Amino acid sequence: MESMAAAAIFYGVAALVLGSALYVVVGKNLVHSAFALVAAFFGVAVFYVYLGADFLAGAQVLIYVGGILTLLLFGVMLTNRIYNLNLRSGAVQVVPGALSAGLVFALLVWIIQSVDWGAMDAGDPGPTSESIGRLLVGDYLLPFEIASVLLLIALMGAAMLVRRRGRPS
Amino acid sequence: MIPLEHYLYISAALFSLGVFGVLTRRNAVNVLMSIELIFNSANINLVAFSRFVEGALGGQVFALLVIVIAACEAAVALAIVMSLYRVMKNVNLDEAAELKG
Repeated sequence: MESMAAAAIFYGVAALVLGSALYVVVGKNLVHSAFALVAAFFGVAVFYVYLGADFLAGAQVLIYVGGILTLLLFGVMLTNRIYNLNLRSGAVQVVPGALSAGLVFALLVWIIQSVDWGAMDAGDPGPTSESIGRLLVGDYLLPFEIASVLLLIALMGAAMLVRRRGRPS
Repeated sequence: MIPLEHYLYISAALFSLGVFGVLTRRNAVNVLMSIELIFNSANINLVAFSRFVEGALGGQVFALLVIVIAACEAAVALAIVMSLYRVMKNVNLDEAAELKG
């Protein structure tokens, strides 16, 4: 009974994620699209909880909803004139785009169905933050350091790109 | 328990929606939102495989690094969009064709 409720919630969240993702890509209003993206990110965090990835679910909410989405909203607001209240986004090449995306989806579904994954549920791994922390400063130290340097470079590059030129700093 | 394939189907649908958005939207910020959807679908796959393979937390570490790189990408791409807006006064990608021969 409990697992049925869990499954019902899972498929409800899946419908929410796909519905809001659809609104993000077909909606007419940019700000509404950004808020639909919030729902999609939260739904993906719920998937992480179902998969037993507690640390990643927290990171998803903090970084995606708290960081990247705020950044995107700033982008929407700063790239439209402030009196322009209907922030529209048109679409081009809808039919070829839909055909390509449908083709990609059909290909992916075909691959998923034709491969025997042989997957067994390994069970709930329990709290993962300690093991992820140990992996990050152990086995995955080099990718961790490269990501840190990349983050620094991206911050400096972004600050340099948006600086107005021709004015003494 | 939810089988692995259902995570893969959801991720495939999310990926296709992201591809559709990247191909059809005119506004650059909206294209960035679609790219974030694609990142998320890849992350669902990584975490799902990490769960269904015995004792493999590497997928979760990989997903964490993907989130970091998505943050970098969003920062730099929005900076480029701002510069584009300063030059073009709009961010419609099909009008930004100055370099076209």
